[in-house]
Amino acid sequence: MAKLKSFGDLETLKKSITGKRDPKKSVIAICNGTGCQAYGCKSVTAAFQDEVKKQNLADKVDVMPIGCPGFCERGTLVMVRPQGIFYQRVRPKDVPEVVAAIGKNSVVDRLLFTDRQTGAKVTHESDVPFYKKQRRLIIGNNGLIDSTSIDDYLAIGGYNALAKALKMKPEQIIDEVKKSGLRGRGGAGFPTGSKWETTRNAHDEVKYIIANADEGDPGAFMDRALVEGNPHSVLEGMIIGAYAIGSHQGYMYIRNEYPLAVKNMRTAIQMAEEYGLLGKNILGTGFDFTLKIQRGGGAFICGESTALMASLEGKVGEPRAKYVHTSEQGLWGKPTNLNNVETWANVPIIINNGAAWYSQIGTKGSKGTKIFSLVGNITNTGLVEVPMGTTLKEIVFDIGGGIPKGRKFKAVQTGGPSGGVIPESMLDMPVDYDELTKAGSMMGSGGMIVMDDKTCMVDMARYYTEFLEGESCGKCLPCREGLRHMKAILTGITEGRGKKEDIALLEEICATIGDAALCQLGASAPNPVISTIRHFRAEYEAHINEHKCPAGVCKIGAAAVK
Amino acid sequence: MVKITINGRNINAPEGVTVLHAARENNINIPTLCENEAVAPYGACRLCLVEIKTAKGRQRLVTSCLYQVEEGLTVQTNTERIQKIRKMLIELLLARCPDSDVIQQMAKEHGVTGGRLTPQTGNNKCILCANCARTCEEVVGVSAISLSKRGVERELTTPFGEDNSDDCIGCGSCSYSCPTGAITMEDKNGTRKITWPHNEMKFKMKKCSVCGQFWAPVKQVEYVAKTSGTPVTDYDICPNCRE
Amino acid sequence: MADKKQKEVVKQVLQKHQHDKALLVDVLQDIQAEIGYLPKEVLVETSKGLGVPVSRVYSVATFFKAFSLTPRGRNLINVCMGTACHVRGSVKVLEQIEKELKIKAGETTPDLKYTLETVNCVGSCALGPMVIVGEDYHGEMTPEKVVSVLANYK
Repeated sequence: MAKLKSFGDLETLKKSITGKRDPKKSVIAICNGTGCQAYGCKSVTAAFQDEVKKQNLADKVDVMPIGCPGFCERGTLVMVRPQGIFYQRVRPKDVPEVVAAIGKNSVVDRLLFTDRQTGAKVTHESDVPFYKKQRRLIIGNNGLIDSTSIDDYLAIGGYNALAKALKMKPEQIIDEVKKSGLRGRGGAGFPTGSKWETTRNAHDEVKYIIANADEGDPGAFMDRALVEGNPHSVLEGMIIGAYAIGSHQGYMYIRNEYPLAVKNMRTAIQMAEEYGLLGKNILGTGFDFTLKIQRGGGAFICGESTALMASLEGKVGEPRAKYVHTSEQGLWGKPTNLNNVETWANVPIIINNGAAWYSQIGTKGSKGTKIFSLVGNITNTGLVEVPMGTTLKEIVFDIGGGIPKGRKFKAVQTGGPSGGVIPESMLDMPVDYDELTKAGSMMGSGGMIVMDDKTCMVDMARYYTEFLEGESCGKCLPCREGLRHMKAILTGITEGRGKKEDIALLEEICATIGDAALCQLGASAPNPVISTIRHFRAEYEAHINEHKCPAGVCKIGAAAVK
Repeated sequence: MVKITINGRNINAPEGVTVLHAARENNINIPTLCENEAVAPYGACRLCLVEIKTAKGRQRLVTSCLYQVEEGLTVQTNTERIQKIRKMLIELLLARCPDSDVIQQMAKEHGVTGGRLTPQTGNNKCILCANCARTCEEVVGVSAISLSKRGVERELTTPFGEDNSDDCIGCGSCSYSCPTGAITMEDKNGTRKITWPHNEMKFKMKKCSVCGQFWAPVKQVEYVAKTSGTPVTDYDICPNCRE
Repeated sequence: MADKKQKEVVKQVLQKHQHDKALLVDVLQDIQAEIGYLPKEVLVETSKGLGVPVSRVYSVATFFKAFSLTPRGRNLINVCMGTACHVRGSVKVLEQIEKELKIKAGETTPDLKYTLETVNCVGSCALGPMVIVGEDYHGEMTPEKVVSVLANYK
């Protein structure tokens, strides 16, 4: 394939790709995300490939491995298009029947999703309750493409935004992103356009951009799903950003525990380079941009921007104070713009549809959609993309299907280990950056861990504190030593050795870490403890005063749930 | 020069200096353990936190060893909030290094008695401020020691935690830079012994050909000769006799 | 001294990364993928090859969880300790494996058959508790089930 040298070349290529595709042909799309791999989707995919040949349907049916469409609970997921049939929990033995049904234009009833509320079978993907209330602007395309094929991405309008952006002035792009109201999806929610502008205006010839794909929050995997399932959407966002900022070198820092994400992104970069969408003289415009992947080493702290940059420089991942912003002095002391994967994936959508369209979605202070990973004691585990401002209740009950095994909802932890728990009384809260912060938690990268009434909140606080203690880099005193003692105190409480003064002492240490830690990981580390004390103080007191774990989790003469 | 106030006092400070530096120049004491003017600021001990208000009216806590002075800055070094933070930090230090005289003295000065947190053993007075490792890297240029592992397991060690590691030249800068006495150096009978919290090293000393005093580790002399491109024989006589 | 084969690995990896000091983490990852762990001699060799002090290489190699300075077993067992797996009982699964193999998390059996480690979320939360052996994902683990899963790895 020769490099594309102009916008016209891109158009011609797109036409030739779509022209070669037979719209009458059915496509069997099989989720090949890491989640479904645990269900054995690879053998399901191989079985489909064999079976289609066996039944002589190769000219009528294509088999396409796709990225994660989000409904992990019911994997392996199989969609038949254009009919829009949605099969779930598909195993290799089911494959001949599914293929035969396509030949006969019928449906395999037993593999359809059953709506728990009505007991009815749901045939079409769009009618599955899990998807109905979602608005899948970002993750929706995962299900439409084979992520290892750049042609698939081009066929659904991929790189249109890049072509459009390269015809704009960099300032216009920044203005558009500012007007869209897009805020960083990685945690703090800083306005993306302003960050780009500061980096663009910084006085230095050399500037860097970085995509943070070091998704370290336990229970959060939306970034993995995007990098695995639609890597070009992230790339396209980055190339647009680089052009707007005036950067010619970018890095993608991917968590090493995500081997498939690393592999798919490598393929995507190579393909984009072959097409001339990355590298020198992109689409003949004279703009150069290259992108390197670096794998993380397994350190939660490297999600923090300065620690990530230290690690990119070949050093240990220690953060530094940010009195001078990284947008002015970041990687190698040069102006550096770092955004999270999901933030980058929002960029092409904004450029394609315009800021006015985009900013209609969401709430006053939080625009667009957000992907949440809904996990824990929840009926429908999976990735959920909803407009900002959707209530917790809608996410947990309407989309998530509520709590399984007939148990009761107790709390939901948002914002990962640095976030806090939100109790039942606050379920009507619309979810956006500001509301979550007000509630004592935070957006973080979008993890939502649902806990039922058999979850002990002191044990959860201990769990998060232990996690953070293990992930603290150890540079600053309050985070390292404070978490050490907090863990010891919490362990004591869960083992029945709690003292009356412990709650006050925990609060005191929490306050010091919050005020004095060097970085945000440290400063937010006390959140799980603070929020569980705030909302579930009685559970702490039961452990300490009565030596009882009301949820029956801790090994101290546990009392059963009523 | 920029105009700032610290604890209500009007001060002129040169541009680019840190708040801590400006305070020191004006005899205003801000406690710190990890700050060392010979190396780049690090900001790990957090004792030097102060409250500031910028000319624009933004109020917050900052690390005075890292934060640079700016026109119209108002600094408070000893508010109730700061005192509370410092006390807890010192309590944490005391639990980490109960046997350090420096920490005990600091606790006394700040009215911290301890006893609430379980004291640790085995840290051997080391508070992990990295003054030694930073001096070894930035001043000496040798990088013989570093902080290894992470979080609560962090330790100041030689590579692979070995005694008598290859890289150390025995200059002893680490022991001079240590604020808590966790690194000691002893010269005796022509041998220098450096003891770090978890390792130790012994060095043969060079004898002055004039006065007969042992004046520097042989390895350090060789290192200096090599890096300065001078013959080792230049160092047969100690600096005192050379004068 | 590093043996010849290990030296060759270091040489090739450094060449691949053009002796770029900034890529120390990547370099160590590639070397570990080839040798299985990071022996002392290899770290010293890497330090020389990149012109980075050994102390820095040692700091980096011990800071990141991905690296091991001791030999690892033929089968790497990773028990997911992510929040979703935690609320579904991963601690009991881990304890069972520890009991069965008579090693603690982070250790290797003396016969080099298994290395037991923990990971903070692999994002297969629907199937928790997850246990990953080599490249195989085993979902919905219980203390009982995990014993028979391990028996399949020699």
